[in-house]
Amino acid sequence: MACEFWNARLDPYVDGELPVDESRDFETHLRTCLTCSGAILSRLQMKRAIQVAGKRYTPSADFRRRVQREIQAKQPQRHRHRWTLAALVLATSIVAAVTSAYVERTHRRSDSVYSEIADLHVSTLASSSPVDVVSSDRHTVKPWFQGRIPFTFNLPELESSEFSLVGGRVTYLDQAPGAQLLFQIRKHRISVFVFSEDSLRGKFPLRSGTGRTLSFNSETWSQGGLRYFVIGDASAGDILSLSGLLKSAGA
Amino acid sequence: MGIRNLVRQLHSVWMSNASPQSDSFEALAMPLFDQLYNFAHWLTKNGVDAEDLVQETYVKALKGFSSFQLGTNFRAWMYRILRNTFLTSRTGLKQTATVPIDPEDSEPIVPVDRDTPESILIDRSNQRLLEHAIEELPVHYREILLLSEVEEMSYQEISETLCIPIGTVMSRLSRARRALRSGLGVQLQKG
Repeated sequence: MACEFWNARLDPYVDGELPVDESRDFETHLRTCLTCSGAILSRLQMKRAIQVAGKRYTPSADFRRRVQREIQAKQPQRHRHRWTLAALVLATSIVAAVTSAYVERTHRRSDSVYSEIADLHVSTLASSSPVDVVSSDRHTVKPWFQGRIPFTFNLPELESSEFSLVGGRVTYLDQAPGAQLLFQIRKHRISVFVFSEDSLRGKFPLRSGTGRTLSFNSETWSQGGLRYFVIGDASAGDILSLSGLLKSAGA
Repeated sequence: MGIRNLVRQLHSVWMSNASPQSDSFEALAMPLFDQLYNFAHWLTKNGVDAEDLVQETYVKALKGFSSFQLGTNFRAWMYRILRNTFLTSRTGLKQTATVPIDPEDSEPIVPVDRDTPESILIDRSNQRLLEHAIEELPVHYREILLLSEVEEMSYQEISETLCIPIGTVMSRLSRARRALRSGLGVQLQKG
Protein backbone atom coordinates (compact mmCIF):
# COMPACT_ATOMS: atom_id res chain seq x y z
CA MET A 1 0.00 0.00 0.00
CA ALA A 2 1.07 3.59 -0.64
CA CYS A 3 2.55 5.92 1.98
CA GLU A 4 -0.56 8.12 1.75
CA PHE A 5 -2.60 5.27 3.14
CA TRP A 6 -0.29 4.82 6.15
CA ASN A 7 0.20 8.53 6.83
CA ALA A 8 -3.13 8.69 8.64
CA ARG A 9 -2.15 5.64 10.68
CA LEU A 10 1.22 6.79 11.98
CA ASP A 11 -0.12 8.06 15.29
CA PRO A 12 -2.43 5.10 16.00
CA TYR A 13 0.52 2.79 15.27
CA VAL A 14 2.89 4.45 17.73
CA ASP A 15 0.04 4.65 20.26
CA GLY A 16 -0.56 0.91 19.91
CA GLU A 17 -4.12 1.51 18.69
CA LEU A 18 -3.85 0.01 15.24
CA PRO A 19 -5.64 -3.32 14.77
CA VAL A 20 -3.28 -6.31 14.82
CA ASP A 21 -3.65 -7.21 11.15
CA GLU A 22 -3.12 -3.59 10.08
CA SER A 23 -0.07 -3.33 12.31
CA ARG A 24 1.35 -6.41 10.68
CA ASP A 25 0.78 -4.99 7.20
CA PHE A 26 2.27 -1.66 8.23
CA GLU A 27 5.39 -3.31 9.62
CA THR A 28 5.80 -5.08 6.31
CA HIS A 29 5.55 -1.70 4.59
CA LEU A 30 8.05 -0.14 7.04
CA ARG A 31 10.73 -2.63 6.03
CA THR A 32 10.76 -1.22 2.53
CA CYS A 33 9.80 2.45 3.14
CA LEU A 34 12.44 4.77 4.54
CA THR A 35 10.06 7.75 4.60
CA CYS A 36 7.51 6.03 6.83
CA SER A 37 10.23 4.46 8.99
CA GLY A 38 11.70 7.90 9.56
CA ALA A 39 8.27 9.28 10.45
CA ILE A 40 7.68 6.50 12.97
CA LEU A 41 11.14 6.94 14.47
CA SER A 42 10.66 10.66 14.97
CA ARG A 43 7.25 10.07 16.56
CA LEU A 44 8.64 7.48 18.93
CA GLN A 45 11.44 9.86 19.89
CA MET A 46 8.96 12.64 20.53
CA LYS A 47 6.70 10.32 22.51
CA ARG A 48 9.59 9.22 24.68
CA ALA A 49 10.74 12.81 25.20
CA ILE A 50 7.24 13.91 26.27
CA GLN A 51 7.00 10.98 28.66
CA VAL A 52 10.19 12.05 30.38
CA ALA A 53 9.38 15.76 30.38
CA GLY A 54 5.78 15.13 31.40
CA LYS A 55 6.62 13.37 34.64
CA ARG A 56 7.88 16.55 36.11
CA TYR A 57 5.90 17.31 39.21
CA THR A 58 5.81 15.35 42.43
CA PRO A 59 3.55 16.12 45.38
CA SER A 60 5.18 16.71 48.73
CA ALA A 61 4.91 13.99 51.36
CA ASP A 62 3.20 16.48 53.64
CA PHE A 63 0.48 17.20 51.07
CA ARG A 64 -0.07 13.50 50.48
CA ARG A 65 -0.45 12.91 54.23
CA ARG A 66 -2.88 15.82 54.49
CA VAL A 67 -5.17 14.46 51.78
CA GLN A 68 -4.92 10.93 53.09
CA ARG A 69 -5.84 12.09 56.59
CA GLU A 70 -8.80 13.99 55.16
CA ILE A 71 -10.05 10.89 53.37
CA GLN A 72 -9.55 8.71 56.42
CA ALA A 73 -11.30 11.27 58.60
CA LYS A 74 -14.30 11.19 56.32
CA GLN A 75 -14.42 7.43 55.89
CA PRO A 76 -14.23 6.35 59.56
CA GLN A 77 -17.12 8.67 60.35
CA ARG A 78 -19.24 6.49 58.14
CA HIS A 79 -17.76 3.44 59.81
CA ARG A 80 -18.49 4.82 63.24
CA HIS A 81 -22.00 5.70 62.16
CA ARG A 82 -22.51 2.24 60.88
CA TRP A 83 -20.98 0.72 63.99
CA THR A 84 -23.18 2.90 66.16
CA LEU A 85 -26.29 1.78 64.34
CA ALA A 86 -25.20 -1.81 64.33
CA ALA A 87 -24.40 -1.60 68.05
CA LEU A 88 -27.78 0.01 68.66
CA VAL A 89 -29.56 -2.76 66.81
CA LEU A 90 -27.47 -5.35 68.61
CA ALA A 91 -28.17 -3.78 72.01
CA THR A 92 -31.87 -3.42 71.25
CA SER A 93 -32.03 -6.98 70.05
CA ILE A 94 -30.25 -8.26 73.15
CA VAL A 95 -32.52 -6.24 75.43
CA ALA A 96 -35.57 -7.45 73.50
CA ALA A 97 -34.34 -11.02 73.61
CA VAL A 98 -33.56 -10.88 77.33
CA THR A 99 -36.85 -9.13 78.12
CA SER A 100 -38.74 -11.56 75.97
CA ALA A 101 -37.00 -14.51 77.63
CA TYR A 102 -37.64 -13.03 81.07
CA VAL A 103 -41.30 -12.36 80.34
CA GLU A 104 -41.68 -15.79 78.81
CA ARG A 105 -39.96 -17.40 81.79
CA THR A 106 -42.05 -15.35 84.20
CA HIS A 107 -45.21 -16.39 82.41
CA ARG A 108 -44.09 -19.98 82.39
CA ARG A 109 -43.31 -19.91 86.11
CA SER A 110 -46.47 -17.98 86.85
CA ASP A 111 -48.47 -20.52 84.85
CA SER A 112 -46.69 -23.34 86.60
CA VAL A 113 -47.78 -22.23 90.10
CA TYR A 114 -51.43 -22.10 89.05
CA SER A 115 -51.08 -25.49 87.40
CA GLU A 116 -49.59 -26.86 90.59
CA ILE A 117 -52.34 -25.33 92.71
CA ALA A 118 -54.94 -26.78 90.37
CA ASP A 119 -53.21 -30.18 90.62
CA LEU A 120 -53.28 -30.00 94.39
CA HIS A 121 -56.95 -29.10 94.32
CA VAL A 122 -57.83 -31.92 91.92
CA SER A 123 -55.79 -34.51 93.77
CA THR A 124 -57.48 -33.48 96.99
CA LEU A 125 -60.93 -33.93 95.48
CA ALA A 126 -59.90 -37.27 94.01
CA SER A 127 -58.65 -38.53 97.35
CA SER A 128 -60.79 -40.79 99.49
CA SER A 129 -59.78 -38.69 102.51
CA PRO A 130 -59.44 -35.19 101.09
CA VAL A 131 -58.87 -33.53 104.45
CA ASP A 132 -57.02 -34.55 107.57
CA VAL A 133 -59.11 -32.46 109.89
CA VAL A 134 -62.78 -32.88 109.21
CA SER A 135 -64.77 -30.11 110.72
CA SER A 136 -67.01 -27.28 109.76
CA ASP A 137 -65.94 -25.39 112.84
CA ARG A 138 -63.26 -22.89 112.16
CA HIS A 139 -62.23 -23.02 115.80
CA THR A 140 -61.40 -26.67 115.33
CA VAL A 141 -59.72 -26.46 112.00
CA LYS A 142 -57.47 -23.47 112.69
CA PRO A 143 -55.88 -24.91 115.86
CA TRP A 144 -55.29 -28.20 114.10
CA PHE A 145 -52.58 -26.50 112.02
CA GLN A 146 -50.64 -25.36 115.06
CA GLY A 147 -47.20 -26.98 115.00
CA ARG A 148 -47.83 -28.34 111.48
CA ILE A 149 -47.14 -25.19 109.54
CA PRO A 150 -44.81 -22.30 110.45
CA PHE A 151 -47.52 -19.61 110.44
CA THR A 152 -51.08 -19.06 111.50
CA PHE A 153 -54.11 -17.57 109.75
CA ASN A 154 -57.69 -16.56 110.44
CA LEU A 155 -60.79 -18.23 109.08
CA PRO A 156 -63.99 -16.31 108.37
CA GLU A 157 -67.32 -16.65 110.04
CA LEU A 158 -69.50 -18.49 107.50
CA GLU A 159 -72.83 -18.66 109.26
CA SER A 160 -74.42 -15.92 107.24
CA SER A 161 -73.00 -17.20 103.91
CA GLU A 162 -73.67 -20.05 101.54
CA PHE A 163 -70.17 -21.42 102.15
CA SER A 164 -69.36 -24.19 104.53
CA LEU A 165 -66.02 -25.42 105.78
CA VAL A 166 -65.27 -29.07 105.03
CA GLY A 167 -61.91 -29.36 106.73
CA GLY A 168 -58.22 -28.93 106.14
CA ARG A 169 -54.85 -30.57 105.51
CA VAL A 170 -51.22 -29.70 105.29
CA THR A 171 -49.93 -29.33 101.81
CA TYR A 172 -46.72 -28.38 100.07
CA LEU A 173 -46.01 -26.11 97.18
CA ASP A 174 -42.50 -26.38 95.84
CA GLN A 175 -41.38 -27.72 99.22
CA ALA A 176 -43.01 -24.83 101.06
CA PRO A 177 -45.49 -26.05 103.72
CA GLY A 178 -48.95 -24.53 103.77
CA ALA A 179 -52.55 -25.01 104.74
CA GLN A 180 -55.19 -26.31 102.39
CA LEU A 181 -58.76 -25.61 103.44
CA LEU A 182 -61.70 -27.14 101.70
CA PHE A 183 -64.94 -25.17 101.42
CA GLN A 184 -68.20 -26.07 99.82
CA ILE A 185 -70.84 -24.00 98.14
CA ARG A 186 -73.83 -25.91 96.87
CA LYS A 187 -72.25 -28.89 95.10
CA HIS A 188 -68.97 -27.14 94.36
CA ARG A 189 -65.85 -27.58 96.40
CA ILE A 190 -63.33 -24.84 96.66
CA SER A 191 -59.77 -25.15 97.91
CA VAL A 192 -58.09 -22.35 99.76
CA PHE A 193 -54.31 -22.56 100.00
CA VAL A 194 -52.40 -20.45 102.45
CA PHE A 195 -48.60 -20.17 102.35
CA SER A 196 -46.05 -17.94 103.93
CA GLU A 197 -45.20 -15.29 101.31
CA ASP A 198 -41.53 -15.58 102.26
CA SER A 199 -41.46 -19.27 101.49
CA LEU A 200 -42.65 -18.65 97.93
CA ARG A 201 -40.62 -15.54 97.23
CA GLY A 202 -38.25 -16.00 94.33
CA LYS A 203 -39.87 -19.28 93.36
CA PHE A 204 -42.95 -17.96 91.64
CA PRO A 205 -43.72 -14.53 90.25
CA LEU A 206 -47.10 -13.86 91.79
CA ARG A 207 -49.46 -11.02 91.26
CA SER A 208 -52.77 -10.66 92.92
CA GLY A 209 -55.84 -11.14 90.76
CA THR A 210 -58.38 -13.49 89.39
CA GLY A 211 -57.80 -16.03 86.68
CA ARG A 212 -58.78 -19.24 85.04
CA THR A 213 -56.66 -22.35 85.12
CA LEU A 214 -57.77 -25.59 83.50
CA SER A 215 -61.34 -24.26 83.60
CA PHE A 216 -61.07 -23.58 87.33
CA ASN A 217 -61.71 -20.08 88.57
CA SER A 218 -59.06 -18.78 90.88
CA GLU A 219 -58.08 -15.82 92.95
CA THR A 220 -54.82 -15.01 94.67
CA TRP A 221 -53.60 -12.24 96.90
CA SER A 222 -51.09 -11.43 99.54
CA GLN A 223 -52.15 -10.31 102.97
CA GLY A 224 -50.33 -10.10 106.27
CA GLY A 225 -47.27 -11.89 104.93
CA LEU A 226 -49.40 -14.75 103.66
CA ARG A 227 -50.18 -15.79 100.13
CA TYR A 228 -53.72 -17.00 99.51
CA PHE A 229 -54.92 -19.04 96.56
CA VAL A 230 -58.62 -19.77 96.08
CA ILE A 231 -59.47 -22.25 93.36
CA GLY A 232 -62.50 -24.29 92.37
CA ASP A 233 -65.05 -25.08 89.70
CA ALA A 234 -67.55 -22.69 91.31
CA SER A 235 -68.43 -19.50 89.51
CA ALA A 236 -66.02 -16.61 89.48
CA GLY A 237 -68.52 -14.74 91.65
CA ASP A 238 -68.46 -17.48 94.31
CA ILE A 239 -64.67 -17.52 94.23
CA LEU A 240 -64.62 -13.78 94.72
CA SER A 241 -67.18 -13.95 97.53
CA LEU A 242 -65.16 -16.53 99.43
CA SER A 243 -62.02 -14.51 98.79
CA GLY A 244 -63.78 -11.48 100.22
CA LEU A 245 -64.69 -13.39 103.38
CA LEU A 246 -61.15 -14.62 103.83
CA LYS A 247 -59.74 -11.14 103.30
CA SER A 248 -62.09 -9.76 105.89
CA ALA A 249 -61.03 -12.44 108.37
CA GLY A 250 -57.38 -11.81 107.69
CA ALA A 251 -57.57 -8.06 108.03
CA MET B 1 -35.60 -13.47 68.44
CA GLY B 2 -33.43 -15.98 66.64
CA ILE B 3 -29.76 -15.49 65.97
CA ARG B 4 -30.44 -15.64 62.23
CA ASN B 5 -32.91 -12.78 62.47
CA LEU B 6 -30.44 -10.78 64.48
CA VAL B 7 -27.65 -11.37 61.98
CA ARG B 8 -30.00 -10.53 59.12
CA GLN B 9 -31.03 -7.32 60.82
CA LEU B 10 -27.43 -6.29 61.53
CA HIS B 11 -26.48 -7.07 57.96
CA SER B 12 -29.32 -5.03 56.51
CA VAL B 13 -28.45 -2.07 58.73
CA TRP B 14 -24.84 -2.33 57.66
CA MET B 15 -25.66 -2.61 53.99
CA SER B 16 -28.35 0.06 53.91
CA ASN B 17 -26.31 2.61 55.76
CA ALA B 18 -23.32 2.84 53.52
CA SER B 19 -22.07 1.75 50.19
CA PRO B 20 -20.09 -1.45 50.37
CA GLN B 21 -17.51 0.25 48.19
CA SER B 22 -16.73 3.00 50.64
CA ASP B 23 -14.02 0.95 52.33
CA SER B 24 -12.04 0.61 49.11
CA PHE B 25 -11.94 4.27 48.06
CA GLU B 26 -8.64 4.99 49.74
CA ALA B 27 -7.13 1.78 48.38
CA LEU B 28 -8.19 2.67 44.85
CA ALA B 29 -7.58 6.41 44.90
CA MET B 30 -4.32 6.88 46.76
CA PRO B 31 -2.14 4.99 44.23
CA LEU B 32 -3.23 7.61 41.67
CA PHE B 33 -2.15 10.49 43.89
CA ASP B 34 1.26 11.25 42.33
CA GLN B 35 0.05 11.10 38.74
CA LEU B 36 -3.07 13.13 39.48
CA TYR B 37 -0.94 15.77 41.13
CA ASN B 38 1.44 15.81 38.15
CA PHE B 39 -1.49 16.19 35.77
CA ALA B 40 -3.04 18.89 37.96
CA HIS B 41 0.25 20.82 38.01
CA TRP B 42 0.48 20.72 34.24
CA LEU B 43 -3.07 22.00 33.99
CA THR B 44 -2.82 24.75 36.56
CA LYS B 45 0.87 25.58 35.95
CA ASN B 46 1.06 26.35 39.64
CA GLY B 47 1.95 24.22 42.69
CA VAL B 48 -0.54 25.81 45.08
CA ASP B 49 -3.41 25.61 42.61
CA ALA B 50 -2.45 22.03 41.82
CA GLU B 51 -2.70 21.08 45.50
CA ASP B 52 -6.09 22.76 45.78
CA LEU B 53 -7.27 20.98 42.66
CA VAL B 54 -6.10 17.56 43.81
CA GLN B 55 -7.56 18.02 47.27
CA GLU B 56 -10.90 19.12 45.87
CA THR B 57 -10.85 16.20 43.45
CA TYR B 58 -10.37 13.68 46.25
CA VAL B 59 -13.08 15.22 48.38
CA LYS B 60 -15.52 15.25 45.46
CA ALA B 61 -14.59 11.71 44.45
CA LEU B 62 -15.06 10.39 47.97
CA LYS B 63 -18.41 12.10 48.21
CA GLY B 64 -19.53 10.68 44.88
CA PHE B 65 -17.92 7.28 45.31
CA SER B 66 -21.21 5.59 46.07
CA SER B 67 -22.30 6.41 42.52
CA PHE B 68 -19.15 4.92 41.03
CA GLN B 69 -19.76 1.47 39.60
CA LEU B 70 -17.08 -1.05 40.46
CA GLY B 71 -15.72 -2.70 37.36
CA THR B 72 -15.76 0.52 35.35
CA ASN B 73 -12.63 2.59 34.82
CA PHE B 74 -11.76 4.19 38.14
CA ARG B 75 -8.69 6.00 36.81
CA ALA B 76 -10.69 7.62 34.02
CA TRP B 77 -13.36 8.54 36.59
CA MET B 78 -10.82 10.26 38.84
CA TYR B 79 -9.20 12.14 35.97
CA ARG B 80 -12.61 13.23 34.76
CA ILE B 81 -13.45 14.66 38.18
CA LEU B 82 -10.10 16.44 38.32
CA ARG B 83 -10.47 17.86 34.84
CA ASN B 84 -14.05 19.01 35.38
CA THR B 85 -13.05 20.59 38.66
CA PHE B 86 -10.20 22.36 36.90
CA LEU B 87 -12.36 23.60 34.03
CA THR B 88 -14.80 25.18 36.45
CA SER B 89 -12.06 26.72 38.59
CA ARG B 90 -10.87 30.27 38.21
CA THR B 91 -7.59 29.13 36.66
CA GLY B 92 -9.35 26.76 34.31
CA LEU B 93 -11.88 29.31 33.16
CA LYS B 94 -9.10 31.78 32.54
CA GLN B 95 -7.14 29.30 30.44
CA THR B 96 -10.05 28.01 28.40
CA ALA B 97 -11.52 31.45 27.79
CA THR B 98 -8.80 32.32 25.32
CA VAL B 99 -8.68 29.03 23.43
CA PRO B 100 -10.34 29.07 19.99
CA ILE B 101 -12.52 26.11 19.10
CA ASP B 102 -10.87 24.27 16.25
CA PRO B 103 -12.81 22.18 13.76
CA GLU B 104 -11.01 19.03 14.87
CA ASP B 105 -13.56 16.51 13.66
CA SER B 106 -14.09 18.03 10.25
CA GLU B 107 -10.46 18.22 9.26
CA PRO B 108 -8.44 15.22 8.11
CA ILE B 109 -5.52 14.11 10.25
CA VAL B 110 -2.45 15.62 8.64
CA PRO B 111 0.88 13.82 8.84
CA VAL B 112 3.88 15.72 10.16
CA ASP B 113 6.54 17.20 7.98
CA ARG B 114 9.77 15.38 7.57
CA ASP B 115 11.98 18.14 8.90
CA THR B 116 10.68 18.08 12.49
CA PRO B 117 12.83 18.92 15.51
CA GLU B 118 12.39 15.52 17.27
CA SER B 119 16.00 14.55 16.72
CA ILE B 120 17.09 17.56 18.71
CA LEU B 121 15.12 16.22 21.70
CA ILE B 122 17.43 13.26 22.00
CA ASP B 123 19.69 15.68 23.74
CA ARG B 124 18.42 15.91 27.33
CA SER B 125 19.71 19.45 27.66
CA ASN B 126 16.78 20.50 25.49
CA GLN B 127 14.20 19.01 27.86
CA ARG B 128 13.46 22.41 29.35
CA LEU B 129 12.50 23.63 25.89
CA LEU B 130 10.07 20.76 25.53
CA GLU B 131 8.56 21.42 28.96
CA HIS B 132 8.07 25.01 28.05
CA ALA B 133 6.48 24.05 24.73
CA ILE B 134 4.03 21.76 26.55
CA GLU B 135 3.19 24.54 29.01
CA GLU B 136 2.46 26.88 26.14
CA LEU B 137 -0.03 24.52 24.53
CA PRO B 138 -3.72 25.36 24.85
CA VAL B 139 -5.23 23.41 27.71
CA HIS B 140 -7.26 21.01 25.52
CA TYR B 141 -4.09 20.01 23.64
CA ARG B 142 -1.96 19.86 26.75
CA GLU B 143 -4.35 17.60 28.62
CA ILE B 144 -4.84 15.11 25.79
CA LEU B 145 -1.13 14.94 25.12
CA LEU B 146 -0.36 14.28 28.78
CA LEU B 147 -3.10 11.67 29.09
CA SER B 148 -1.76 9.85 26.06
CA GLU B 149 2.01 10.14 26.52
CA VAL B 150 2.51 10.51 30.26
CA GLU B 151 -0.47 8.59 31.63
CA GLU B 152 -0.31 6.18 28.70
CA MET B 153 -4.08 6.06 28.44
CA SER B 154 -5.69 4.26 25.53
CA TYR B 155 -7.93 6.18 23.16
CA GLN B 156 -10.90 4.59 24.88
CA GLU B 157 -9.75 5.78 28.31
CA ILE B 158 -9.08 9.27 27.01
CA SER B 159 -12.51 9.24 25.43
CA GLU B 160 -14.05 8.34 28.81
CA THR B 161 -11.97 10.90 30.68
CA LEU B 162 -12.62 13.82 28.37
CA CYS B 163 -16.14 12.69 27.42
CA ILE B 164 -15.45 12.94 23.71
CA PRO B 165 -15.77 10.36 20.90
CA ILE B 166 -12.73 8.26 19.99
CA GLY B 167 -12.57 9.93 16.56
CA THR B 168 -12.20 13.28 18.32
CA VAL B 169 -9.51 11.82 20.57
CA MET B 170 -7.50 10.80 17.50
CA SER B 171 -7.86 14.07 15.66
CA ARG B 172 -7.26 16.23 18.74
CA LEU B 173 -4.23 14.23 19.72
CA SER B 174 -2.81 14.57 16.24
CA ARG B 175 -3.30 18.33 16.36
CA ALA B 176 -1.82 18.52 19.81
CA ARG B 177 1.31 16.82 18.57
CA ARG B 178 1.49 19.12 15.61
CA ALA B 179 1.03 22.15 17.82
CA LEU B 180 3.78 20.91 20.11
CA ARG B 181 6.22 20.43 17.28
CA SER B 182 5.35 23.85 16.00
CA GLY B 183 5.81 25.40 19.41
CA LEU B 184 9.07 23.56 19.87
CA GLY B 185 10.29 24.90 16.58
CA VAL B 186 9.60 28.42 17.80
CA GLN B 187 11.44 27.69 21.07
CA LEU B 188 14.46 26.39 19.16
CA GLN B 189 14.47 29.41 16.92
CA LYS B 190 14.38 31.67 19.96
CA GLY B 191 17.14 29.69 21.59
